[in-house]
Amino acid sequence: MTAGKFEIKAYPEMWKDLDMDVERFDKMRLMLGDIYEKTYLSQKNRPSGMAYFDNMIAEIHGGRIKELLAAKKEGKPVIGTFCVYIPEEIVLAAGGVCVGLCGGSQGSVPDAEKILPRNICPMVKSAFGFKAGRICPYFQAVDLVYGETTCDAKKKTWEILDNMVSTYVMEIPQMKKQTDQDMWLAEVKEFKTKVESLAGKEVTLEELNRAVKIMNNKRKALQRINMLRHTNPTPISGKDVLLIEQIAFYDEPVRFTEKVGELCDELEQRIQDGVAVPGKNAARVMVAGVPMALPNWKLHNLVEGAGAVIVNEESCIGTRYYKDLMDEDGEDIETILQNLTRRYMQIDCSCFTPNNERIDQVLKEYRESDAHGIIHYSLQFCHTYNVEEIRIREACEKENIPYMFIESDYSPEDVGQLQTRVEAFLEQIGR
Amino acid sequence: MYVGVDLGSRTIKVVAWQDGRMVDYKIEESGFAPHEQAREMLTEYKADQIVATGYGRHLAREHFADDVITEIKAHGIGIHTVLPQVTTIVDIGGQDSKVITLNGKGQVSNFQMNDKCAAGTGRFLEIMAASLAYPLVEFGPAALDSDQEVQINSMCTVFAESEVISMKNRGAPRQHIARAVHSSVADRILAMLNRIGFDKYVAFSGGVANNPCIVSMIRGKLVGVQVAVPENPSIIGALGASIEAAKLGESQA
Repeated sequence: MTAGKFEIKAYPEMWKDLDMDVERFDKMRLMLGDIYEKTYLSQKNRPSGMAYFDNMIAEIHGGRIKELLAAKKEGKPVIGTFCVYIPEEIVLAAGGVCVGLCGGSQGSVPDAEKILPRNICPMVKSAFGFKAGRICPYFQAVDLVYGETTCDAKKKTWEILDNMVSTYVMEIPQMKKQTDQDMWLAEVKEFKTKVESLAGKEVTLEELNRAVKIMNNKRKALQRINMLRHTNPTPISGKDVLLIEQIAFYDEPVRFTEKVGELCDELEQRIQDGVAVPGKNAARVMVAGVPMALPNWKLHNLVEGAGAVIVNEESCIGTRYYKDLMDEDGEDIETILQNLTRRYMQIDCSCFTPNNERIDQVLKEYRESDAHGIIHYSLQFCHTYNVEEIRIREACEKENIPYMFIESDYSPEDVGQLQTRVEAFLEQIGR
Repeated sequence: MYVGVDLGSRTIKVVAWQDGRMVDYKIEESGFAPHEQAREMLTEYKADQIVATGYGRHLAREHFADDVITEIKAHGIGIHTVLPQVTTIVDIGGQDSKVITLNGKGQVSNFQMNDKCAAGTGRFLEIMAASLAYPLVEFGPAALDSDQEVQINSMCTVFAESEVISMKNRGAPRQHIARAVHSSVADRILAMLNRIGFDKYVAFSGGVANNPCIVSMIRGKLVGVQVAVPENPSIIGALGASIEAAKLGESQA
């Protein structure tokens, strides 16, 4: 992979069949390839197991899309998602595929701003823009977009998006009382019916139990790599782990689990051999907050560019996705759906009130990751995370944890300022 | 001799430090190639160590500087040297505004910096001065002369400029508008100060500390607090960098 120039593979014929804006998309492909090469392939001393994930990026707009189209041909539902609230187990049980949709790039924001208000979350704008501009093959390939009601910008955008691609919206409760749990269970059952109608069959107990195992194994693999990176000194860069957490949302789960497992074996060996990235005295930073959707590597790039290393992401694209497992081998479908509801209700998204679990979780991950400080990262106009930040800050002050809050978006214009703030934070924590 | 260089968004500042005191300083506009400009400014000094700070610090390191520190650390060291009792610094530069708190040893214990936005920065004052046809140096004194408070509601540079244009076209005297612009910057700084907390001694540094109206407004609003402005607030960052260079040089000697 390091030999020669890195390039995201082009599939113009397939893109044309998907009704994409091929000419424009091809330019974005070249740009992404450049950024990836600069951000990722320039890293020294990477584990060799990262080669698989490099290839997942090279094939992000080709190989994986082909697999999705093949699944569709067999009548399997392909569902696009944005949120860790989608009960993936149900989709898998029905033989379907879940893919995280594009939503982490400035490139598609102007497309969205032609229609949507400008002062809403960049992730919502970016995602909407990818569909409006026909510049995301995943958006073009899915049968259905799964939307949820985790924030106002999203829930109202789904109404507009539905004109371009069929969008199914599930209601996510905002509290965790018994009535909310009952409501979520009802929503899960309705979603199951919807998926079954797309698949043209009812899911069986065996299929559901098998899917639960697949998802648990995937989450266990991610837990394992996160635990290994917590080693001090760490055997893998924060950028690389973030990439894996991002790829988790679009790769085939069984293969992904296997590849993460192989990488973990390599990391265990590295730890034994004392191989560290970057070095023994590097500052260790934990990131908490909103998801960093591919290709949002802005903060990681700044922190690791300054010689520090990121050792944890407390985020939807991070631990929030994989920290909770669910009970396996349910006796009947009803029991499994109840277990599943319980598992998903443990997610500590800031859309909930109160959300004390998250404060405790941030502190717990800080201790487990042996970090020296926390950077809370939030996107502009993300009200729930931006307000909840106050409580995280207060908790850090109380525990004497060095803490910094960054609010940003996908545009490059604040990189200079952010670099100063990140470097000053590293000076402050004394490394 | 040790040299600190602060490559800011608007100007480059150089301080030469020898035997525990500042022996020379310079301030020039940044120009198109700040590292070349800075190097030119350094030629006359026989520097044992050069430490760079400011926006162009990494560029300077690529070309000539021995080490870099952020402007936050640099202002901390600089102010602690000239005003040792100060524990809170307000630094308003061309592109950023910052509030920095120091511990007893002059080390940074916390800081706040404006997010991606020019409101409350030197750039904001510059744009507003231009829109009211004031040369920058006359802008602060003119605002100070006005005794009438009008209110600018918008914090965003773009919207505030529209607001200023509306005020002009309603016939408001320009010194009143100038005062309103200054008041909005002062409010912004006070909000940052209140968020981070402050003690009895606050110092101003950075180019905007040369603006008498901003300083007077902040003083007026911080009752019971001593607000000091060092003799030459623009060079505090470069001064801090020169002292860091001395520390670096002495630890290597």
